[in-house]
Amino acid sequence: MTAPGLSLVEVTKNFGQTEIIRGVNLNVAAGERHALIGPNGAGKTTLFNLISGRFAITSGEIRLDTVRLDGLPPHRINRLGLSRSFQITSIFHRLSVLENIRCSLLWSRGYRYSFWHALGRQRALNEETERLLVELNLAERRDVQAGLLSYAEQRALEIGMTIAGGASMILLDEPTAGMSHSETEYAVALIRRVTQGKTLVMVEHDMRVVFDLADTITVLVYGRVIASGPPAEIRANPAVQEAYLGALAA
Amino acid sequence: MSDVTQVPEARVLPAPRSAASTIRYWPWFAALLISAVLPWLFYDWQHARHAGFVVSVLSQTGMMIIFALSFNMLMGQAGLLSFCHSVLFGLAGYSTVHFLNAAGAGELPVPMELVPLLAGLAGLGFAIVFGYVATKQRSTAFAMITLGIVQLVTTAATMFHHFFGGEGGIQTDRMIGRSLFGLEYAHSIEVYYLIVAWMMIAAIGMYFHTNTPLGRMANACRDNHERAQFVGYDPRMVRFVQFALSGFYAGIAGGLFAITYEIVTFDAVAAPLAANALLMAYIGGATTFFGPVLGAILITLMQSGVSLMSNSWLVYVGVLFIAMVTFAPAGLTGIVLEHAPIARAGLLRRLVLPYARGLLPGLIVLLGFVGMVELLSFLTIGQAQGKRFVLFGSTIDVHGVMPWLISLVFLVGGGVWLRREAIAFKRVWDGLTDIARQGDAPMGESG
Repeated sequence: MTAPGLSLVEVTKNFGQTEIIRGVNLNVAAGERHALIGPNGAGKTTLFNLISGRFAITSGEIRLDTVRLDGLPPHRINRLGLSRSFQITSIFHRLSVLENIRCSLLWSRGYRYSFWHALGRQRALNEETERLLVELNLAERRDVQAGLLSYAEQRALEIGMTIAGGASMILLDEPTAGMSHSETEYAVALIRRVTQGKTLVMVEHDMRVVFDLADTITVLVYGRVIASGPPAEIRANPAVQEAYLGALAA
Repeated sequence: MSDVTQVPEARVLPAPRSAASTIRYWPWFAALLISAVLPWLFYDWQHARHAGFVVSVLSQTGMMIIFALSFNMLMGQAGLLSFCHSVLFGLAGYSTVHFLNAAGAGELPVPMELVPLLAGLAGLGFAIVFGYVATKQRSTAFAMITLGIVQLVTTAATMFHHFFGGEGGIQTDRMIGRSLFGLEYAHSIEVYYLIVAWMMIAAIGMYFHTNTPLGRMANACRDNHERAQFVGYDPRMVRFVQFALSGFYAGIAGGLFAITYEIVTFDAVAAPLAANALLMAYIGGATTFFGPVLGAILITLMQSGVSLMSNSWLVYVGVLFIAMVTFAPAGLTGIVLEHAPIARAGLLRRLVLPYARGLLPGLIVLLGFVGMVELLSFLTIGQAQGKRFVLFGSTIDVHGVMPWLISLVFLVGGGVWLRREAIAFKRVWDGLTDIARQGDAPMGESG
């Protein structure tokens, strides 16, 4: 499967009278690693919520390759091959780690709403689950209730659930937020590994992670894209420096 | 950090548990065996007949086990609190009466053994209709819609005489003269074994369901319905299918009810029955599959046993329910399971003394409470019925001061004592849980 591209055309989102997203144009090329950065309140997470169908857009157009995404419910968007993670860990907290991963695989493996398959007997499904657990370094914790995992483990699980279904367009919302330095390094390596051959869009605050991972960076300020390009170009962009990077350096 | 970023060697998959699988089935065989043998323990050999009361209680228990389990497919497994579960039970019951009447008249060539299946299909049909409406919402809104449905159908049951027969309900004769095994179903013991057979089928079916993709996604939607959407599932569809299937099993229970009693009235669709299912699932333990079975047995026994002894049995059920919700929200099976980590750490012995110390004050509180309730009951309802309060062979004067005073002292004094023991118990418990948890901790944290 070739990784798809994502395009946003003049996307706006109002909450009541307040404009949060004010005409965003964004192109994510197939196969690239795209970082979305910007100060707090710039609308990065909101943009993710619009792309993934969590909120409806007010106007504009969102396409995955040629397919219109806007107006579709989240599960349909997911089935088209776009999967997202959440800034605030969103897992099935009372299910075991293994079940969390297996649940994330079910739809893409064609089980739909089946009440006639015994989960324990689905060999290919269970082998894939085990493989993912090993890849996520969670194999030792497979039978632990997901809600009882450590924070870093939950974040790893969150990433695992996002990529499990085999989506080719992955949206990660601050995957390293709240992590220690070593945890961050581990997470970056994990992200790099599991998103190989896929298109990745990520919201990230940690600039080391951004410059480490991203091929392209888009800067969002107050609901508008002020710059988009390769890391070196973004770093040199005076508008970005003023609006964002400069503020950090100061 | 290269050591942590490397993928560890693929770990050896656990060997197929062939030995474990035979062990896994023993509770089912045990349940079947116990159910089959139980009525014979009360058999009257002198007169060569079964104890009618016992068979009737056991039959009631069997159908309530199916009903409570099917209710828990919604509450425990999908996080859906349904007040209209009685509607699925009752409407399938009404349908069964019509099936039996048609079969008796020779219009429906179905053997008795398959009538519960028809009832299940009726339950499924009604669940599809009502579920389509109710499962549009979840949580509180879902509960409200189901409350609306149960009121609607209860009212309809007294209004539309053709199907429901009005206030008096509709009657049937289960001797339809058609059976796979040549049985007549003239005796209640034959019906009991029909119930046992269907109870096993339904319970196994529902247990199987917990390990299917839909059953698992119902758990997932219960935990986090939004996340379910982002792994490709429509939570509404999950709720709908789950609701429909639980209606199938509730329908089987309703069909067995109609076959057993040969009459169905609007009580079978009304909200108190749904509340009963809630009590059973909750008191038994909604977080485990078998919890509702325990709850169904307990509540049915209280209904038929304690109700013979006391006018105020509903008070006891109510207080038990409140106590469980407050102190043990995971129900009786939950209480047992909470001991598992401590038992694994081999520390269970250290709980014996604290438990023993709580026993006496607990008993005193219980005595005091029962005393107060019964005194009150005999003072009001009992007096109207002309009953006398007899305890250990002597009549108790409910108008005297002493019985009241003793009960009050027991209740309050025992309460204070129990509270002190409970605090001491909690300290021991927390200490043991801490030790057990340290033993369970992983060898190395990730990252």
